[in-house]
Amino acid sequence: MTDAATRTHLRGRLGDSIARPDGVGKVQGSFQFSGDLTADGFLWGATLRSPHPYARIVSIDLSGAWAINGVEAVVTADDVPGQLTYGLISSDQPVFAADVVRYVGEPVAAVAADHPDTCRRALAAIVVTYEVLTPLTDPERAVDGSHAPIHPDGNVVRHQRIVCGDQTIVGPVVVEGTYELGMQDQAFLGLEAALAIPDSGGDGVELFVATQWLHEDRKQIAACLGFPDEKVRLTLGGVGGAFGAREDISLQVHSCLLALRTGRPVRMAYSREESFLGHVHRHPCSIFMRHHADRSGRILRIEARFVFDGGAYASTSSAVLVNGITHTQGPYKCENATVDGWAVRTNNLPCGAMRGFGVVQACFAHEGQMDKLAAAVGLDPVAIRLLNAMETGDRLITGQVIENVAPVARCITETAALPLPTEPVGGHDRDPLRLPGGAGLTADRRHIVRGIGWGVAIKNLMYSETFDDYSTARVRLADGVASVKFATSEVGQGFVTIAGQIARSVLGVDDVVLEPIDTTIGSAGSTSASRQTWMSGGAVDGACRLVRERLFDLVGLAHQVDPLRLAIDGNDVVDPLSTLRVPVAEATAGVVIEETFEHHHRPTEDLDELGQGNCHTAFAFVAHRAVVDVDVELGLVKVVQIATAQDVGRALNPLSVVGQIEGGIAQGVGLAVMEEIIQVDGHVRNASFTDYLLPTFLDMPDVAISLIEEPDPMAPLGAKGVGEPPTISSTPAVVAAIRDAIGKDLHRVPVRPSDICC
Amino acid sequence: MSDELSDQLGSNQQYALHVNGQRMEVRDAWLGESLLYVLRERLGLMGSKGACEQGECGSCSVLVDGQLLCSCLVLAASAVGQPIVTIEGIAPVGAPNDLQQAFVDAGAVQCGFCTPGLIMAAHALLEATDEPGEFEIREQLSGNICRCTGYGRIIEAVQRVAVARRSEAT
Repeated sequence: MTDAATRTHLRGRLGDSIARPDGVGKVQGSFQFSGDLTADGFLWGATLRSPHPYARIVSIDLSGAWAINGVEAVVTADDVPGQLTYGLISSDQPVFAADVVRYVGEPVAAVAADHPDTCRRALAAIVVTYEVLTPLTDPERAVDGSHAPIHPDGNVVRHQRIVCGDQTIVGPVVVEGTYELGMQDQAFLGLEAALAIPDSGGDGVELFVATQWLHEDRKQIAACLGFPDEKVRLTLGGVGGAFGAREDISLQVHSCLLALRTGRPVRMAYSREESFLGHVHRHPCSIFMRHHADRSGRILRIEARFVFDGGAYASTSSAVLVNGITHTQGPYKCENATVDGWAVRTNNLPCGAMRGFGVVQACFAHEGQMDKLAAAVGLDPVAIRLLNAMETGDRLITGQVIENVAPVARCITETAALPLPTEPVGGHDRDPLRLPGGAGLTADRRHIVRGIGWGVAIKNLMYSETFDDYSTARVRLADGVASVKFATSEVGQGFVTIAGQIARSVLGVDDVVLEPIDTTIGSAGSTSASRQTWMSGGAVDGACRLVRERLFDLVGLAHQVDPLRLAIDGNDVVDPLSTLRVPVAEATAGVVIEETFEHHHRPTEDLDELGQGNCHTAFAFVAHRAVVDVDVELGLVKVVQIATAQDVGRALNPLSVVGQIEGGIAQGVGLAVMEEIIQVDGHVRNASFTDYLLPTFLDMPDVAISLIEEPDPMAPLGAKGVGEPPTISSTPAVVAAIRDAIGKDLHRVPVRPSDICC
Repeated sequence: MSDELSDQLGSNQQYALHVNGQRMEVRDAWLGESLLYVLRERLGLMGSKGACEQGECGSCSVLVDGQLLCSCLVLAASAVGQPIVTIEGIAPVGAPNDLQQAFVDAGAVQCGFCTPGLIMAAHALLEATDEPGEFEIREQLSGNICRCTGYGRIIEAVQRVAVARRSEAT
């Protein structure tokens, strides 16, 4: 920890480490999450899911469910009044499977009843006859076309090449490897939950739901319900974490449909097992990379091939693919490249957004390559990275020039300058609990070896490829109080904190009221892609500035001063050239000033056939150094410390930034050594917190942080998004540290004991 | 609830729980309901959260007869006659205690879903010992999973409270 978290004020302005406005409600249990919302006369909703990865539906008999007392509705695909399918980029996923199921867990029917256990019994009483088909589970068979299409849209979601520079260059030094990543789950704590309330005439519906993007949800729900958008009103239910898993629809259409069918409010709440099946995951990925370099270690050319397993439906796979392949080079200079990328359809669980969005996969591969290159030319991991470090003005392999602040070398050197852990190998005070394996008490101190490894990353911010993911904010100033309205999903990241800080700073007020987060204002875009500080921060800042202009006009008129001379100082409007000082509260007494602002980022381009184009909006950078202790006999790993320096532009709330960094690192460490959804022939083997391992207090290392604050002129507040970078290069850093400890190649995450010991 | 199931498993049961110092009647309940379900859905105490229903994550932690346990794993009817403390019983709404305030101030809260359970676990820890070391905090709170924070600020919050309470006591 740096001193970053110490600047605390009760009512903070930009740069202050103030506490969250929803913090007290959350520590007292009074903050309402979406699963806590209830309504008079409500029913419970539940979903029947496919037990097969691939099967034809021969028949569905609902009579057994209808015969159960307390069951009020049973719905299938036949009951969907509008569009039968939905999806973020292409509408390829059925609301309910009608003829074919394509993954274990695909919804087939839903019920509404008076008690969760009545629902469970009703689901068990529905008889679905399936003709089981042989599933497509090997993504390479989707690539090579050897399996018949499992979906009308075919088995390839997207194929994209990048061809850049001279394809004939062969380096005097060549290193290559194949890297694999397992399927990671976002594993937010607050399970999917919603409350749907039908309009009295049944011609509209109100939905309270935990989501990342209210307006996109609304668009998809309305289409499936056959309503115009305005007949579907969404309010954000308290969100218990997201990390990408709430970008796609899960129970939204089902709950609305049941509410409309019964004319009663319907609550739906997934179990943990259902959550594992019911949302998209991080793509498993296989990557081949070959780096050509000169004898000094300078990269000359990269060849790469990516295969992302998208599972049964498209979700955001095409965008994840582009993110992955366009980050092939990592934060390093490279002028020549040949990349071939595939995102394909299989009968595995659908995959889509998770923190890092394709770049986690690319980074694991390019960082493995950098270490191989270092070894091949006799440099250490830091030197090889500094030698190749990207700078502002460098060109990516897509032809796009990096125009952002790009302090890659500084990230590396500042990380290297952070102190190594003082903890000796095996831990202080010879407590066996501190050894790898902890309370298992299996490790032997004599077999423990320490290793150190590095990971460095570049991450794009905001959406790409021509998408205009704008954000809207409305600000009203009256009697010295600012009210701020936006549809930005607060998922835990803390936008509600900085929204107030922005308003206080720009308008010179202390009191800021945040209005409900709902669809009665324009879209904010998704809380994803590390974009809300930049985009919704830009929108709130823009609206506040418009309001401030009118405030200065008022004061200027009243005091015969050119409004252009006026400024905010503390809680006052001042004229720096005279003694004029008017409190904002006084200037706005009995006055209402209201403005709405949309922030758009600069336009981006599609990639052409050769993968060329300015497809991304902006970039951030980060470095991680991991220290691990490994029991080489048992294959147990204890991550001792992660050090990181991150390019944040400007820390609007350093305490929040530290929270994002530490939390993101936890997810990166999880992917490195424990987290994976195991599927065998399309069947999920560990859909529970007992069997899907998450880092606990005892697994999480100490984190040493250095914030690199070089305000980015392209960012509305100078601040870059900070959520994703911590998750990206922490994973390869940990794996590199394990390689360093055991002196063996490791090419797959999560690293299992058998990978270390075999 | 169907009549058949009611007959088998004893629905329409009536019993009383002692929660946060109050006697609370539970009516028309099914005996198979967990303490978590009854607290939330029958008594309206929504502060305890369910995130795994397997006793793995600690989000539903409460004190039953002074013991910290996962309310998802306990049948409500088995807690009859024992004092139960939930997150709502730690401090009145709007007046957080020192531990709760420390969580807010130290940045130990992000999405907040795990937070009530963590407050209960940290409360139990600080009741048991007034000078917990960092490793002891990690060990004692390791039954509670947080997916947002990476735990660092939570440890910081608990340490701050321990220090403040000790200095108050002297």
